[in-house]
Amino acid sequence: MTDSALSAVSTRPKSRLPAMWNRLRRNPVTFGALTVIVVLALVAILAPVIAPFDPDATDPAVALEGPSWRNLLGTDVYGRDQLSRLIFAARLDLIVPCCATMAALVVGALIGALSGYRGGWMDQLIMRMVEAVLAFPALVLAMGLTAALGNSIGNIILTLAITQVPIYIRLIRGEMLRVREMEYAEAARAVGNPPWRIVLVHLLPNCIPPLIVQATLAMGFALLTMAALSFLGLGIRPPDSEWGEMTAEGANHMVTGEWWLFVFPGLAVMITVLAFNLVGDGLRDFLDPRMRGVR
Amino acid sequence: MRPLLRVEGLAKNFPMRGFGAWLDAMRGRGSDVRAVDGVSFDIATGETLGLVGESGCGKSTVARCVLRLVEPTSGSVRLDATDVTSVDAAGLQRLRRSMQMVFQDPTAALNPRLSVRQMVEEPLRLHSDAPARERREKTDAMLVAVGLGLEFGDRYPHELSGGQKQRVNIARAMVTDPRFVVLDEPTSALDVSLRSRIILLLETLRETLGLSYLFISHDIATVKYLAHRVAVMYLGVIVELTDTRELFARPLHPYTKALLSAVPIPDPEAHRERLVLAGEVPSPIDVPAGCRLRGRCPFAQAVCAEPVSLREVAPDHFVACHLVAG
Amino acid sequence: MSLLELSDLTVHFATDAGPVEAVHKVNLWVGAGEIMGLVGESGSGKTVTAFSILRLIRPPGRIVRGSIRLEGCDLLALSEEEMRRVRGARISLIPQNPRTALNPVITVGGQIARLFELHRGLPARAAWERGVEALDQVGVPEAPRRMRQYAHQLSGGTCQRVMIAMALASSPQLLIADEPTTGLDVSIAARILDLLRELGSRTGAAIILITHDLGVVAETCHRVSVMHAGQLVESASVRTLFQQPMHPYTRALVRSIPRIDREVALEPIPGSVPSLLNASPGCRYVTRCLDRLDICRQILPPLELIDPDHRVACHAVEASRAAVA
Repeated sequence: MTDSALSAVSTRPKSRLPAMWNRLRRNPVTFGALTVIVVLALVAILAPVIAPFDPDATDPAVALEGPSWRNLLGTDVYGRDQLSRLIFAARLDLIVPCCATMAALVVGALIGALSGYRGGWMDQLIMRMVEAVLAFPALVLAMGLTAALGNSIGNIILTLAITQVPIYIRLIRGEMLRVREMEYAEAARAVGNPPWRIVLVHLLPNCIPPLIVQATLAMGFALLTMAALSFLGLGIRPPDSEWGEMTAEGANHMVTGEWWLFVFPGLAVMITVLAFNLVGDGLRDFLDPRMRGVR
Repeated sequence: MRPLLRVEGLAKNFPMRGFGAWLDAMRGRGSDVRAVDGVSFDIATGETLGLVGESGCGKSTVARCVLRLVEPTSGSVRLDATDVTSVDAAGLQRLRRSMQMVFQDPTAALNPRLSVRQMVEEPLRLHSDAPARERREKTDAMLVAVGLGLEFGDRYPHELSGGQKQRVNIARAMVTDPRFVVLDEPTSALDVSLRSRIILLLETLRETLGLSYLFISHDIATVKYLAHRVAVMYLGVIVELTDTRELFARPLHPYTKALLSAVPIPDPEAHRERLVLAGEVPSPIDVPAGCRLRGRCPFAQAVCAEPVSLREVAPDHFVACHLVAG
Repeated sequence: MSLLELSDLTVHFATDAGPVEAVHKVNLWVGAGEIMGLVGESGSGKTVTAFSILRLIRPPGRIVRGSIRLEGCDLLALSEEEMRRVRGARISLIPQNPRTALNPVITVGGQIARLFELHRGLPARAAWERGVEALDQVGVPEAPRRMRQYAHQLSGGTCQRVMIAMALASSPQLLIADEPTTGLDVSIAARILDLLRELGSRTGAAIILITHDLGVVAETCHRVSVMHAGQLVESASVRTLFQQPMHPYTRALVRSIPRIDREVALEPIPGSVPSLLNASPGCRYVTRCLDRLDICRQILPPLELIDPDHRVACHAVEASRAAVA
């Protein structure tokens, strides 16, 4: 009822950027989470510049010392500065989930699009396969895959990607089922588009919004899975440092009381995953009502 | 002279699936939705044929079958010398250049992620080898021709009003210089005061571009303005087909009379005889044998149980009714 | 005294870009038992006006100014509790999309019967019987069977009849029908209008019929009010409006619609509906009007009584009358 009153106001939005910035400012939680991620990314990129020490430099003289002015987050059993190790580990902890998610996204979207658009036996086959993979708890599946494939960084990315792909296939397939019934899909056909063009140019771009939200949430989950794998000894191997692996190492020292060895890496994981989740939530609200232009 | 478009015996069945349909088939009840059940008409070059009828009569399905957006079950469609219904996929792709469609819902028919220019230019990209600059010029010319300024090229559908969106639809359909355009209820989703503009635009374009239209509508008053000839459809078949003026002056089929008498007239002094048909339109699954209007027609006689087809009862006036003498 | 009287009604919607003045100083009367057509294009404010009567305007919308008197009592001054007793009981709404207005998971009968339980305090069985009767009265064939069906099993026309039955359940004094024939086939729409006319005269309820179709107005209504861009521009009996439209917008509107009874050229209305954002303080038809005067942009023309039951808000009309006098 109010739509026609408002649509009679056919205003041209002056520019999208200021409007977006305003909406972001009004949502402090999303804004904060986004800031955290940006800061983390910067930290990872500028690691060699920021880190006070070389993360691999051992110094037995200061081994197992708690947080001090010299080593802000303490040192480990070899005397390596924890803060520097955390900073450098940020690289792996951000890159691996991102790469895995991107790869899964692209592959999953294409398969899902094919499945949703064609339907028929192909769709049925793909869906059954997706369901088979999803039947495994993600962590168990990841464990199995790393055991089979090995745990080089590339293989870890592959493992994480495989656990995520079925989710995207289902998501895009669902959107595709909705979108292929739209009149603009029919119009694209009437105009003379071959099917592949209809899917890639017309339909797939309209399936993207829920994908973006899911992807940000999934990145957090991928990070958790990676950390869990490392914790279990199946993930990244030393000397590559990675928060999960650092937490595992630190856990050995729980009894002896060197709390700084597992608390800080654990906190790093927690904050990053939380940030991804909050950004994902915020994006969900952000992407849809934007179209309306009304608060 | 050969007509531009010739449709003969067009039929489209939608088979029903599922358990209920199987049960019905077992019980001997028809299990197909006979959306279009034998439709034939011609359209000459430069002519507009109006196709009117109420929901469920099959007119939208006819439109889609003519363009082969939906595969007809039987019958043939000829555009000039080419048989649309039997041409292969590649040939059909080429044919699309010459036959286009303007869709009913202007909002749903536009891809929300593409700009106006991208959408209007796309048919050119698909069908011609012209270089980018030429395509751009043609696109711009088309935007102007439909009454949109060039600045609209960079806008997106959600920034346009209903009337503007429909103009984009029209531009997209006509940019490849087609010979034949199907207009599927082009004004139904628009405000009453906008309709006249779109109608006038369509008429102008028809004259300047030398087009032929198949104009589908349930808005009978609009059809009267645009169409040279009108076909009235009911439950999958054409029941009356004649010149527009003749149809409004001397409707012969009872359904046509009922339909015309129900159209509201903006004149409180006008008093008309209302012909009311009993009941509601039956389901297209269980089509009554013989004349399809039989259960509802106040003039029905015993002879109406016999099948009836379009007969020329007056010069260029075709009616499918037993009770109208030839 | 009229049954319903709107004075100076103004409704704003808050947006990022400022207030959208959807309804601007509207004055309207509806007498008991009469059918008043409320006509305008989309964006004219007719639906917002009608919803204001029921106080169904929610943020970001707000009734900024004005009064709505039902038999002398100002509805805007009532508490929400008191208004709830008016809604559905003394004023009923027949919403625009009948099928979507019905709950898809409850049987039609369940929904109608519930209304009778609520408004008449009837027990379940009695309410169901009354429901069957109500469906009968609105011309739904096989009423007992229909009561047990769900919304998706009914045709558009039948859904509309069900909505009308539901609206009449409480014997309201005023019915608001929001575009009751949009989306319906011509012959079905004609019968719905017949039904409304008949029910109006039988129950004595007044009806506000919101529509953009002048044909519907001519055949069904006693009086007409024409709105443009949130302003009421002309109000008259149906016969007067069609024989002597005075406001430039009304005249342009009549000339722009295709009709089957006459051979006339179509003349589209020039320009387009102005933005309701930061709208001009004067007459909003000024950008499209061929008869405009300088004063039109600044000052809102008052609704003047020209003839018994013919009111027009237009400076140009006033000026030409003054010249003649």
